[in-house]
Amino acid sequence: MAATDLVAFAAALAGGSVKVIDLTFTLSPDFPVIVLPPEFGQASPLRIEQISRYDAAGPGWYWNNITLSEHTGTHFDAPIHWFTGKDLPNNAVDTMPVADMIAPACVIDCSAQSAADPDFLLSIPVVEAWEAEHGRIPERSWVLLRTDWSKRSGRDYANLGEGGPHTPGPDSAVMRWLVEERGIIGFGTETIGTDAGQAAHLDPPYPAHHYLHGGGRYGLQCLRDLDKLPPTGAVIIATPLKIINGSGSPVRVIALVDAP
Amino acid sequence: MTQPLSPPRKRNPLNRTQAPSQPPAARSRTSHGFTAAAAEGRFALQCCAHCGSFTYPAREICPECLSTELPFVEAPRGGLLVSETTVRVPADVYFRERAPWRIGLVKLDCGPVMVSHLHGDCAEGERVAMSLQLDKSGQAVAFAKPQQETPHMQDDRQWREMTADPKFRRILVTNGRSPVGLAAVEALLKAGARTIHVGVPENWKPFPEEERLRALDGVKLVPLDLGDERSVRDLAADIAGKTDILVNTAEFVRPGGLTDRQGTSFFQMELAETYMGLVHLAQSFGPAMRMRGADGIDSAAAWVNVLSVYALANWQPFGAHAASQAGCLALSHCLRSELRSGGVKVMNVFTGPIDGDWFQTLPPPKVAPRAVADGIVSGLRQGLEEVFVGDVAQDVRRRLAANPKALERELG
Repeated sequence: MAATDLVAFAAALAGGSVKVIDLTFTLSPDFPVIVLPPEFGQASPLRIEQISRYDAAGPGWYWNNITLSEHTGTHFDAPIHWFTGKDLPNNAVDTMPVADMIAPACVIDCSAQSAADPDFLLSIPVVEAWEAEHGRIPERSWVLLRTDWSKRSGRDYANLGEGGPHTPGPDSAVMRWLVEERGIIGFGTETIGTDAGQAAHLDPPYPAHHYLHGGGRYGLQCLRDLDKLPPTGAVIIATPLKIINGSGSPVRVIALVDAP
Repeated sequence: MTQPLSPPRKRNPLNRTQAPSQPPAARSRTSHGFTAAAAEGRFALQCCAHCGSFTYPAREICPECLSTELPFVEAPRGGLLVSETTVRVPADVYFRERAPWRIGLVKLDCGPVMVSHLHGDCAEGERVAMSLQLDKSGQAVAFAKPQQETPHMQDDRQWREMTADPKFRRILVTNGRSPVGLAAVEALLKAGARTIHVGVPENWKPFPEEERLRALDGVKLVPLDLGDERSVRDLAADIAGKTDILVNTAEFVRPGGLTDRQGTSFFQMELAETYMGLVHLAQSFGPAMRMRGADGIDSAAAWVNVLSVYALANWQPFGAHAASQAGCLALSHCLRSELRSGGVKVMNVFTGPIDGDWFQTLPPPKVAPRAVADGIVSGLRQGLEEVFVGDVAQDVRRRLAANPKALERELG
């Protein structure tokens, strides 16, 4: 890309003809994390311990120590997160290609289905119907599942009930198909995981994790405001922290969209 | 006859809150034999190992036979109130603020005469039952009560100074999700608590008992994550100034010792939820409670920690948990010292394995959550510092006193 194009891009940002949309939840201690049986190790929610606040511990400055897991809040999953991706090269957040951190997105609106059924599963026919309207999903695109789940909060967001969480996600066939037939760069959701709440009972269990990471692709979850994105044309910027051998990272996800 | 307590009135914001003062606290080292007994609700006196005579006050040498062997042993509680007096203008600030104050001489059945604080229903020439109590300076004093139960006995003004009775007090129970927390809420309500704030960690997760808790009169559910400094601070901002008794039921139990656990995340969580939880609570609630130790009949009165008895002696199958509890125990001693100037007691309730999920495969005896709750209430009503609930806790306590090394080998 020529340098002049980048300068024009910066001007478009400044002029407002390219809008920047924040797809990130505020990191806060009471934001739900993934629920696993308690005998397993657990992802730490955000914890903030104040170092000083213009006080005896630091008279002129305010700062905090924070504790959180790599998978707390709006976050990025790298291939090494799942056993299927453990032997791939450059599979962690510190070694993955930085170019993969910027990619276009296809946004599939399943908000109506998710409102009707919290256990809604995205399937190949739904994606094919979307493609019939918006065109084939290009390679190296993010596929973002819009469910409007990010409009919920607290208990409604986690939606724990009989048998655990009930939140929408992809079925097994569509994940394999998106990875193998469409060559997506990753899959993103508004819920706590890239997989459905009940995905432990699918075959294979947690198919989004299984196929995405096995194929060297990425996951984004706890995204918000996907309703502000067009079905196609948005560009996602998601740059995980460069954690050594990190399986993922809390991330500030932004989208660039044309605002003609 | 004791006048029953009336519900406390609202504070007049024009008046300064009365600052806590302390009764005289100086004691000899030997006298702390009384402190140790009072902390657990025992009545102990020195009894000569040679001639068998009881003696009081604390001495180094038996006044009967000059033996130096004067161990503290359980003593019979009965006695006769031979004289009483009402002190109307005491020189000491603490008693002056509380005058008139009744004291008396009690001739114990076992021999010695004790100067004693008196329950209002004790009359000269009548039989009394003695106890050792921790006063607002945290030191042991003698207290005489009628031998028979009298109406509203627990409401007596002088007795209430020695205790942390939940009646009319406002309480925070830190974890309403745990069986012990739930049982504590019910027992404290029954004991006359005015309001109980009940902490709900991870408020985004439902829990089955929530509706029942919410329906209880006087109970308010509040989000509270002890591991989260800000969550504790935010709650304290609202209620620290009206928390009279804090019941810390924090628990995080996972099996395993040091080398048989994979990774370190459970160690961190243990510390975050229990040790750091206590740090957060103490920093947020401690100063406000310490200021309000003399604030009327619903003054700040006590801080309760529910701890595993294995804080005292490590039990390898749950060794890491025991270590985190030992950390909490050490913190509680620091807190006790820091709250003493406010007249706020710190009571530790030690339990053996509790009947529940995490000790599911252990054989009995296990402690019912209800028994822990009853231990909390009765400890508060007696003004104790150490409560051992259930056979296992009492057994560990006895074996530790007898031979710590033997206990270490037996538990490991």
